[in-house]
Amino acid sequence: MSGGVDSSVAAGLLHEQGHEVIGVTLQLYDHGAATGRKGACCAGQDIHDARRVADRLGIAHYVIDAEERFARAVIADFADSYAAGETPVPCIRCNQSVKFADLTALAAGLGAERLATGHYVRRVDGPDGAELHRAVDPERDQSWFLFATTREQLERCLFPLGGMPDKRTVRLEAARLGLAVAEKPDSQDICFVPSGSYAEVVGRLRPDALEPGDIVTRDGAVVGRHDGVARFTVGQSKRLGAAAMAGGERQMVVATEPGTRRVVVGPRRVSTFEVRLREVNWLVSPAAGPVRCAVRLRARDMPRPAVVEARDDGAVVLLDEPALPAPGQACVFYDGDRVLGGGFITRPAT
Amino acid sequence: MVYLDANASEPLRPEAKAAMAAAFEVTGNPSSVHAAGRAVRRLLEDARERIAARFGVRDQDVVFTSGGTEADALAVHALGLDRRIIVCATEHDAVRAAAPCAAVLPVDRRGVADLDALRGWLASGPPALVCLMLANNETGTIQPVAEAAALCRAHGAQLHVDAVQAAGRIAVDRAALGCHSIALSAHKMGGPAGVGALLLSPELSTIVPLIAGGGQERGRRGGTPALPAIAGFAAVCELGADQARLAALRDRAEAAAVRHGAVVCGGGASRLANTTSLALPGVRADAQVIALDLDGIAVSAGAACSSGKVQTSHVLTAMGLGALSGQAIRVSLPWNVTDDAIDAFEAAYARMAARPRPALVPPPLVPAGA
Repeated sequence: MSGGVDSSVAAGLLHEQGHEVIGVTLQLYDHGAATGRKGACCAGQDIHDARRVADRLGIAHYVIDAEERFARAVIADFADSYAAGETPVPCIRCNQSVKFADLTALAAGLGAERLATGHYVRRVDGPDGAELHRAVDPERDQSWFLFATTREQLERCLFPLGGMPDKRTVRLEAARLGLAVAEKPDSQDICFVPSGSYAEVVGRLRPDALEPGDIVTRDGAVVGRHDGVARFTVGQSKRLGAAAMAGGERQMVVATEPGTRRVVVGPRRVSTFEVRLREVNWLVSPAAGPVRCAVRLRARDMPRPAVVEARDDGAVVLLDEPALPAPGQACVFYDGDRVLGGGFITRPAT
Repeated sequence: MVYLDANASEPLRPEAKAAMAAAFEVTGNPSSVHAAGRAVRRLLEDARERIAARFGVRDQDVVFTSGGTEADALAVHALGLDRRIIVCATEHDAVRAAAPCAAVLPVDRRGVADLDALRGWLASGPPALVCLMLANNETGTIQPVAEAAALCRAHGAQLHVDAVQAAGRIAVDRAALGCHSIALSAHKMGGPAGVGALLLSPELSTIVPLIAGGGQERGRRGGTPALPAIAGFAAVCELGADQARLAALRDRAEAAAVRHGAVVCGGGASRLANTTSLALPGVRADAQVIALDLDGIAVSAGAACSSGKVQTSHVLTAMGLGALSGQAIRVSLPWNVTDDAIDAFEAAYARMAARPRPALVPPPLVPAGA
């Protein structure tokens, strides 16, 4: 229970159905320190809100200190990923570690049968066990962020909001349940960067990622200077200055090279058919050969027809149409609404 | 629910409830000149005399505060003026936060303060204020306060004693201990929360207040005294529990936990009869507290901050217990504990210890760029 409307409604609905619901809120980082307010409490308003929702529902509620784990598995990984020339997805790392790995373990330890969350995905019970499907509301679907949930974890999970037609309905449910968070605004961006300056967070942990360097073309010609590889992601055309245009053609970042601290630019047509993935998680038994499916290369990306082939150390994706994938982002495989699996996009071998 | 968290707050004693109910009937402010004022003032001074007599101080040496935290803060503020401050490593946050720059006196594995180190520190350097609690809130470890007081007096140092957990459980007498000040809290003795006292030795007749206000409490603590709460405080100050019975029940609970793999933290020390700190190796303290709570047993772990998260215990860390510091629960028996409550605890602890242990630290993630 984050203290937001989604997890509050998820808890409220299950409680209403007669389940014994135990509320858990994760203390992920020192809120006072993150917002830079001196003397501010380590707990934000969200923990208070979650506790008040639990009070209202009349359910037990606990705050779990996950600060150390979150700092290591999510925040440090976030900074390291930028320093390695990637564009990380901290929400996936969080889901992979403190949320679905640790909380399913905690639930098992407490004798709870299920872990329920307010994520917008659907769990469908198929012939081979639990399947992960896109939410009914395409606007809210979070399946891309949950691809790394293992099949064992998925078996233990419930997602009561997956079938909600839209957010308005969820807010109406919150109001019907008498929850004060019904009109609470949605959370924005990355939770541990409340100031919105993610580069500052990266720079504190990995100063090397904010050291200036050259902007170069793919031939190595220097066309400008930049203020840190962490400020750039593949596909970006902002912050390039004069290097943003060449020969009347709009340029964009095609790679960042942390070793040399170079940002490489090129025209949009510099794209690739082949995407290599690491840390692949399959939610189906992986086929021996290539699998035809649709893949999403970014959170809000359209589905792209592709063929995926499992490898010992990950997977190789062959896109029907070329694209410009950003290393560090996820590539998630879909069969219609069903998530087949996914992995993290690696930096192309140079 | 079985309540085994007396060190967080003792259940209210009926004597306190009756005294408060009576005090609520009295209208007035003890500072007023009129008859109503005098009536209230009489209740206040009756309470003060009772508390003074119970703890071995003169009645004019009792300063009522809002609780133990304020009493500790006032002692550090007033007695620590122009002195270097030494606090024991296992002190309550009420003391530690009031003296953030203090030198920290180490403890041994039982949680007992290192008086040899203290002797060395006091032998040189400017006059000091030493803060040493009488009994620890997490382990119940009783400190050699009288010995420390003699050391302090020999070296011109002052000693403040947080007796919040000790009062009502072991003898607390200012003159016998020889210390300069004592902090008390009513709700740890079965009185109401929101009232406590700082007891002073006679040589400290005037101290600098934290809150000057209208000069109440002889200029040592401004603000209208919380009379009903003070009446409740006085009503419990002479009460005690059968400590031999508490010790027998505590030992039974402890033995049961040890049979299921628990380690007693501070077990070798002289301890409060009602308190035990039980570490279950490999199981996070918060997971234990949650499991027991869901099974109807109220215990606590470490210090809970306002977020409610359970933090690693600085007390157990100071005792050199390493990883166990984050794996210990505190079981503290209230004055009205029953044999059945201990039976219920034993059964719940057995169920908890038999549960799969949540591995809250799964294998590390593959590093980025790998």
